[in-house]
Formats: sequence, C-alpha cells, structure tokens
Amino acid sequence: MSGNGLTYSEQGGEAAPELAQEAAPTVTPSTPAAFGLFSSDTKKNEDLKQMLESSKDSAKLDAMKRIVGMIAKGKNASELFPAVVKNVASKNIEIKKLVYVYLMRYAEEQQDLALLSISTFQRALKDPNQLIRASALRVLSSIRVPIIVPIMMLAIKEASSDLSPYVRKNAAHAIQKLYSLDPDQKEMLIEVIEKLLKDRSTLVAGSVVMAFEEVCPDRIDLIHKNYRKLCNLLVDVEEWGQVVIIHMLTRYARTQFVSPWKSRRFLEDNALKHENNFYESDEEQKEKDQKLKTTYTMDPDHRLLLRNTKPLLQSRNAAVVMAVAQLYWHLAPKSEAGIVSKSLVRLLRSNREVQYIVLQNIATMSIQRKGMFEPYLKSFYVRSTDPTMIKTLKLEILTNLANEANISTLLREFQTYVKSQDKQFAAATIQAIGRCATNITEVTDTCLNGLVCLLSNRDEIVVAESVVVIKKLLQTQPAHHGEIIKHMAKLLDNITVPVARASILWLIGEYCERVPKIAPDVLRKTAKSFTNEDDLVKLQILNLGAKLYLTNSKQTKLLTQYVLNLGKYDQSYDIRDRTRFIRQLIVPNEKSGALSKYAKKIFLAQKPAPLLESPFKDRDHFQLGTLSHTLNSRATGYLELSDWPEVAPDPSVRNVDVAESAKEWTGILGKPKKEKPTEKFYSESEEEEDESASTSSSGKCLESTAFSLPGKLCLQNCLVHK
Amino acid sequence: MCFQQKMIHSLFLINCSGDIFLEKHWKSVVSQSVCDYFFEAQEKAIDVENVPPVISTPHHYLISIYRDKIFFVSVIQTEVPPLFVIEFLHRVADTFQDYFGECSETAIKDNVVIVYELLEEMLDNGFPLATESNILKELIKPPTILRSVVNSITGSSNVGDTLPTGQLSNIPWRRAGVKYTNNEAYFDVIEEIDAIIDKSGSTVFAEIQGVIDSCIKLSGMPDLSLSFMNPRLLDDVSFHPCIRFKRWESERVLSFIPPDGNFRLISYRVSSQNLVAIPVYVKHMISFKENTSSGRFDVTIGPKQNMGKTVEGVVMTVHMPKAVLNMNLTATQGSYTFDPVTKVLTWDVGKITPQKLPNLKGIVNLQSGAPKPEENPSLNIQFKIQQLAISGLKVNRLDMYGEKYKPFKGVKYITKAGKFQVRT
Repeated sequence: MSGNGLTYSEQGGEAAPELAQEAAPTVTPSTPAAFGLFSSDTKKNEDLKQMLESSKDSAKLDAMKRIVGMIAKGKNASELFPAVVKNVASKNIEIKKLVYVYLMRYAEEQQDLALLSISTFQRALKDPNQLIRASALRVLSSIRVPIIVPIMMLAIKEASSDLSPYVRKNAAHAIQKLYSLDPDQKEMLIEVIEKLLKDRSTLVAGSVVMAFEEVCPDRIDLIHKNYRKLCNLLVDVEEWGQVVIIHMLTRYARTQFVSPWKSRRFLEDNALKHENNFYESDEEQKEKDQKLKTTYTMDPDHRLLLRNTKPLLQSRNAAVVMAVAQLYWHLAPKSEAGIVSKSLVRLLRSNREVQYIVLQNIATMSIQRKGMFEPYLKSFYVRSTDPTMIKTLKLEILTNLANEANISTLLREFQTYVKSQDKQFAAATIQAIGRCATNITEVTDTCLNGLVCLLSNRDEIVVAESVVVIKKLLQTQPAHHGEIIKHMAKLLDNITVPVARASILWLIGEYCERVPKIAPDVLRKTAKSFTNEDDLVKLQILNLGAKLYLTNSKQTKLLTQYVLNLGKYDQSYDIRDRTRFIRQLIVPNEKSGALSKYAKKIFLAQKPAPLLESPFKDRDHFQLGTLSHTLNSRATGYLELSDWPEVAPDPSVRNVDVAESAKEWTGILGKPKKEKPTEKFYSESEEEEDESASTSSSGKCLESTAFSLPGKLCLQNCLVHK
Repeated sequence: MCFQQKMIHSLFLINCSGDIFLEKHWKSVVSQSVCDYFFEAQEKAIDVENVPPVISTPHHYLISIYRDKIFFVSVIQTEVPPLFVIEFLHRVADTFQDYFGECSETAIKDNVVIVYELLEEMLDNGFPLATESNILKELIKPPTILRSVVNSITGSSNVGDTLPTGQLSNIPWRRAGVKYTNNEAYFDVIEEIDAIIDKSGSTVFAEIQGVIDSCIKLSGMPDLSLSFMNPRLLDDVSFHPCIRFKRWESERVLSFIPPDGNFRLISYRVSSQNLVAIPVYVKHMISFKENTSSGRFDVTIGPKQNMGKTVEGVVMTVHMPKAVLNMNLTATQGSYTFDPVTKVLTWDVGKITPQKLPNLKGIVNLQSGAPKPEENPSLNIQFKIQQLAISGLKVNRLDMYGEKYKPFKGVKYITKAGKFQVRT
C-alpha cells in the first residue's frame, strides 16, 4: 500500500480512536469497492461527518481526502454537503483546497447551502496575496448558482483591474463561466473583455482571447486596435494561449485582408468594380485602390501576422505547430505555404494520436497542393508496426502524391504492402493501386496486370478487393478486356466474398456480348446457388438474367424465368421488388407499358465510369486543424472561415494612437489601488499619487505604466515587502 | 442551458478491462454512460492501437489518448482543435509520470488526492492553466515516502505553503530561489536512426532524429548559451519554450534561462542531404514450406559503419505470422523467447563482437493445414552505441551569464535505433 494509505489510517486512528477500526479497513479511497460490500454507505458517511466536525485538522483532512476519493470514483457524496461547507474557512490550506474541489462538484445541487460559503470567498477576493485572490475568484466563478450572478459580475469587474496579471488572467477565465451561467450578462461581459483585450501582459492574452471566442466571436471590431499588439506578444504567450490566439487571428485576417492568391488580372477587375459602388471613399482608400489596380501588395499587418507566427512552427507543442500550419494554409501566399510541411512531417515522430490528426490534415493538403509534401514522400512509407488507422492514412497521402515521376517507386512500395499480414491494410492498398491506375494513365496497364495477378492470391479478402477494383478499372477502360472477364468468371467458383461475386456478375452482365459463351453458363451456375447467395449477389444474378434475356433470349429465357420465380418468393422485399420490376420490363405482356420497348436501352445503357477519389477530397471546406475537419462534419460551435473580402476594409482601424493607449492603460491600473491598503508596500500617499496619475496624462502616467508592465518585477516587489 | 462551452468538459480514466477508475468534471457533471460510445468504438477496433482518437456521439465528442495501458478519455462539447486536447492529455500523463514515477492505474489510485489537486491546477474551466512541471511542483509537492511520514506526524500537507512565483513571472518555466551546493549542467545528445531496409539490404528510407535532454541544477537565474561546432546539420528543430527564437535564427546559438531539473531542450531532424550511416546489417533467410507445415529461420546480425564503437543492447523483435505455432531455435549469443499467443519472437542479443557474429537459427512449426504465410515478417531491431552521435553533431561550448559561480558541465552522446525495420 502506498505512503498515503499509511497516512490515512494513522491519522484516522489518532484523531478518533473509536473510529480506528472503521477507518483502518478503508485505508485509501482506492479500495472502496471492496469495502462497500460489507458496510453501507450511510454508515461510512456517518463517520466522515464526525471526522469533519472534529477539532483536529488531521481528522478533517483525512475525511476530505476520502471524500475526494469518492468523488473521483464517481460516487455520490452530496449528503455530506453541510458538514463539508463548514470547513470552507479553514486555515489549513490543503483542507481548504479539498473543500473547494467538493464545492465545485456539488454547489449546483445544493444551492441554498452553497450560499453559506460565498462570504468567505468575498473576503478572500480582497486578500493582499494575489494567489489567494485568484483562487477565490476561480472557485467563486465555478459555483454554478444563479443567485450569485451579481456577486460574480462585481468580482470579475474588480479583478479585471487588479494589479496582478495573474488575477486578471483568472478574471478572463471567469468571464466564460459567468457567461455560461447567465447569458444575459453578455453585454457587461463584453465590456470586461474589451478592457482585458487591451492588457499587455502575456499571461492575460491567451485567456482573454479564449473568452472573446466564447462570448462574442463576431465582435471583430474589438480586435482591430489590439491586432498588432497580439501579433507582437504571440511568441511570449504560453503555448495554449498561442493556439487560441492563432485560430482567432486566422479568422480575423480572412475578414480584413484581400486574398494573396488571386491573379493580378482578377484583382484589377475587382478594384474597378469596387470603385463604382464605393460611396465613402476617402483619399487614402482611393490611393490604395489605385495601387491594387497595378499590383497586389500585401497589407503590412497581414505580413506581420505571417512573420510573427513563423517561429512558432518550432514549438514543441504539436497543437501550436498545427495552428501555425493551418494559418499559413489559409492566409499565406501559395508560394510560402510550403514552409509548414517540414514541421508537420516532424510531428509524425510523435505518439499515434498526434500522428492521426496530423496525417488527416496532410491528406487534405496533399490533394490540393501536391508539391508541398512531395519532397517528404518517404516519410509516409508504412511500417509493419504502425496501427492500421495510421497505415491507411499514410497510404492515402502516398496515393495523393503519386505522379508520373514517382509512380514506379510507389508501386514497388505498394507491392510490399499488398503482402501485409494486416489484411484490412492490404485491401486498402489495392484500392490505392486502383486510384493510381486511373489517375496516371501511363501505368494503367501495369496496374491492371498487377491486380489480375493478385486474383490468384491465397487470401480471399485480397482477391475480393482486387475484383472490385478491377471492375472499376475495366469500366473506365472499356476496351480489350474479354480475357480478364473470362478469367474472373472462372474465379466465381472459388470466391465467396459477396461484394466480389456481385462485381464479377455485374461485369459479365454488362459485357455479356463480349463473352457470349461464358455468360449463359455463369447464369446457369448461379441460378443453381441462388437461394444460398447473399442479397447483394442475388440482385446481380437478377441483373445478369435480365441482360442476358435481352441479348440472348434463345439460350437464357428459361433460366431467367426460373431465377425470376426464385426471386418472386425471396424473403427480402428488396429482391421481390426488384424481381417484379424486372419481370414487367423485360417480359412483354398485355399490361406492360411503353417502357418495355426500351428495356434493352435501359439495362445496357452506357454507364459512366465510377470516379476513384480520395475520401479527403471534400474536407477542405473545413478549416484545417479543427474538430470538424477531423470528423468531416460540422461540429457544434464551429465558426466558418469567411471568404476573403474583395476589397480590404479600412486598414487604419488598426492604428493605435500612442498617447491614447498609454492613457487607457493607466486607466486600468488606476483602479486596483483601492484595494491596496492591505498591502504594506503601497503607502497611502503613494496611492493618492497613483490615482492622480491615472487622471493626469503623459509623463507621469507613462512612468507608472513602465513600472507595472512586467508582472514579474511588480510581484517581486510585493514579495520583498511582505 | 441552451448553449455550449468550449474545451475540456470532463475526463475519465479507463483501464484495459474497461473499468472507469477515475472521473473529473470541470463543468457540470457528465454521466459515465457517455463512455459507452467509447467502449463501442474500442470493441470495433479490436486492437487498442486502433481505437480512433476522436469519436463523435450524439451530444458530445470524445477525444482520447492511450498511454501506459490507460485510456484518458476527455469529453468535449464544441469545436476545438483536437491536437490541443490530445497534447494536453499527454501533458497530464507526463505529469503523473513525473510525480509518481509511473503513470499506472495503481499509482493514480494510490495518489488520488494529489491527482485531483493536479487536475484542478492544470485546467480551469476546461482551459489549461498551469502545465509546467516546475510550477506544479511548487503548488503541489510530489509524494515521497519520507514526506508522507513527516506529514502524518506533523499534520502538515503536501500542498505548497509558499506560493509559486514562476507562474506570475515572464519566465513561467522556472521557479525562483533555486539553490544548489554543487552547480551542474548536463546535456545528453540522443540520436535515433529511423530506417526501413528492404529485402536485399538496401536502404529504402533512413533518417536521423535527435533530442537534447538536459539536467540542469544551477542556483539563481542562470542564462545559458549553448553552441555547436556544426549547427548546419540541424535541419528542423523544435524548442522548449525557454529558448530564444531570435538568437537561434540569427546566430545558431541556443540561448535560454533553463527550467530547474530535467527537461527536453530541443528535438531536431538531421537534414536529409546527409547520407545516414546504418550501423548494423542483417542477413536473413526465412522461408515457409508449402506441405510440411514447417519453415526455416536463420538470422545473423553484424556491425557496419560504426566508427569504431561497439554496438550494444541489441534486441530483435519479430511479429510472426498467425499460422506459426512455435519455434525451435538456437542462438549463438543471447537468449530468445517466443510468445505463442501474441506470436512475438524476441531475441535479446546484447553486444555485437565482429569476431563472432550472433546468429539465431532453427525450425518454425506451422499450424497443420493452414495455408503458407504470404509474407515474411519484418524484423524490428533495437541497438545502442555509446559515445557517438551518428550525425556527427558536436557541442562546441556552454557559457553561463547572470551568475557568478562556476558550474560543472557535461555532454554525453548516444545513438540508438528508432523505428528501425528490416523487411524480409
């Protein structure tokens, strides 16, 4: 048993000797299942209650630990609420923490009792120690009790002007919590977000952008003035914040800048069109339009974003790398997007989950821009130890990257894969070969021959897959394939996989005039086995019968009627339906309408060849790196990436007036001084000075800004003076 | 409530037999039954490796990782970059590993309170808060036997009573007030060779991936810069957040204020222009006979291009085809095992001496009547070479600024096999 286990029982014994026997067998919360068999939960809770009411901290702590153990196990500990909540003001920091854990879990269920704890947090919000202030705010905002909304609102507002960036960070987190508790607070919360967006601390940036994305992602106007600051801070923001900011800036940039992808000509047209219906064009705008007419120049702010995100490709965090990669994919000129490939390929060394997501994104990218990943072709070679899902994704990418130059190498590589013990993967490889064969005409014959060779493979799945792919290939190449069809007809005796049988039957039916001797015989054989076939195969037998009846009724009339009779009484209504339909069409009788005249045209019409396409083909309409992209369906809360505007909105909105920003900044700093008296460092006189500074402008105000900017410095001062 | 929240909603830890042994909710409680969708997917996948990391259910999305025989299943309600969640879950597992020495079900169950405290600090409202190990260790002290005894006597706790400063500073990865009597800085340059060798012995694909792991025990706030003799070798590098990008971009020098303790400084890939020296070769003869339901197995491993260093720690693992019943082999060196259930053959060779090459040879018994396996199995090789970075990368010097004392410095090189596979 662990060290902790020891602790528990000893403490239990010490605190409440009469409970020692009770406490000892429980030892740790890790074995409650065994214990629960012999002792009812109520009894156990009874002793916990007593321990919580004990005067000794060690007993309380022991009890809290066991309760947290219960919560972790998913057991109900709600009835202990009154006993636990009493300890919220405990001096012992660990008891306090565990009580917080408990409160966050059960406050929602026991709202009235939870209110008892509120005043403790309110007091803590004024604590001189920033970490205590922050944690009080964290817990207070995590208690999902609607009645305290006004208190939370007030606390958030105050914390957003706190001197400590750490408290301000927590205020940003609290915004989302309050918003989810009461969406009616939206307008007030947006004000707080607006204030915090102006914050210059790298600690706050990520959290406030997160709040922005959740509460008001459509209020792009709040970003303008902070855009350049966010770009410049980005490298120093913590990694999780980076991801959120990058995703937000990607959306922002797509609404504010013009496309770097359009050809010059297209731009000219747009600029002209635009000039006609633009009513408020000031001089600057006109000049810009003039410029656009001649050549495309990237907005310096657009460039700033690309430049400042580039170093993050070297982050150790896969999510950051992916975020930058998608930013480049969606925002950078096509010639520059290539720089992300190397970093994405690097992520393939990571664990399988990261590989899975990254490969999916590469698969989408490699369809549109092959060139990006061609140099890394070999990095996608499959190892026999890769999990199947990774193998198939790599295969997908290899197929996307195939071209005339590398196809022979690739086909050699595919040959190894076909022999894989992982049959699912072998089957996928055969599909891949099929796709290469249709995409690259030079190798179609080679591939077809290779696939025909596979027909004699020992493994049924391989053979079946080959049949299906050959069928598709033959359809795209309706030329000299009598031989192959004959070969396949022979296989029918041995293959049992329904899809493959169905494919062969369809082929023979479709091209029955090219194999006039074999086709009727195949029908004869399958008529015999009709009742034992899979539904899929039965449908194709009916089809084959119908087609033969139309082309060679002399030999097959009776056989077809036999098959149709079997179909008429089949268990599956699909097959009965199909039988009825076919009979009406092909067997002329007095009731049959005009259609039967065209039966041959209907059945033996020229059919379009199936397209062998990548399953990732249509994924590019989702923003890369998103959950929606991974699932290939719109996830709840997915924010669409807008199209580039035809003409860039006024770029001057991002200009920041230096004096103004300084003023705003001190405005933020001005307020917290009110709660400062508790902190010895700030004497009364200084406080007044600071407050006057916030109203006055220029020199002094800048000074105070400089002083408070680096959160570290500030904090160190606090600590020194404590 | 009509609208949804972002990021991680809940976390379930599930063991291999499908028991949910820990749950944590950051927002309102999500019923355990949501895991049924996960179990369904798990059943379909057969192999744990193939459980899809992202699963969509009617009301939630499940994003999971599999680490050390534990599934970390997180519940998500809305759009979120999946890598964000995956990376975070791995960070959680890393932290457990760091705290308890292993990330196992027993360790987690034994330390459930610490686990809960950690999760509470790492995520606020589903958004990562403190993930740096230096910071976490100041907030919540890792368990040690000594500490738990002391705690039980004095009634003190493992929650830090002094509050961490790093979280609040511009260098969030380093704690303040670090003091050592012996100041030391060690760097391990570890290179791994990923390779696919084809049947005939020629290299299909080979690449060198490296990392520099550091163990830094320096007092105060040291500012280090590390330079290389041949930085051009490094083609693609990823950095610990402590490294200054700009210095690297302009001077190819690693300049940083290090975290305290063990951490990974950089990972890199050696540019593909350089030909990779493959330190071992494998001669193999594996064949299965059609009718006798038996086969032959004969593998020899030998050293090649290893710059005079010894190749050691050689282990070969082979996933034999399903039809193999058992194997009767003799090894001239080391020992082998064959697991008839998983069909994995493991040959622990040890050191290779060029005078007497290790060989493993014998008979393979197949299931009678089963068809002869189509493909020969691939051989996965592991090895180690001490005192050598196979790419030739060399550390030039380490300078320290900001502190007065003279630290003890050390660099160690080692080359290993990464994903090294020989097709037969």
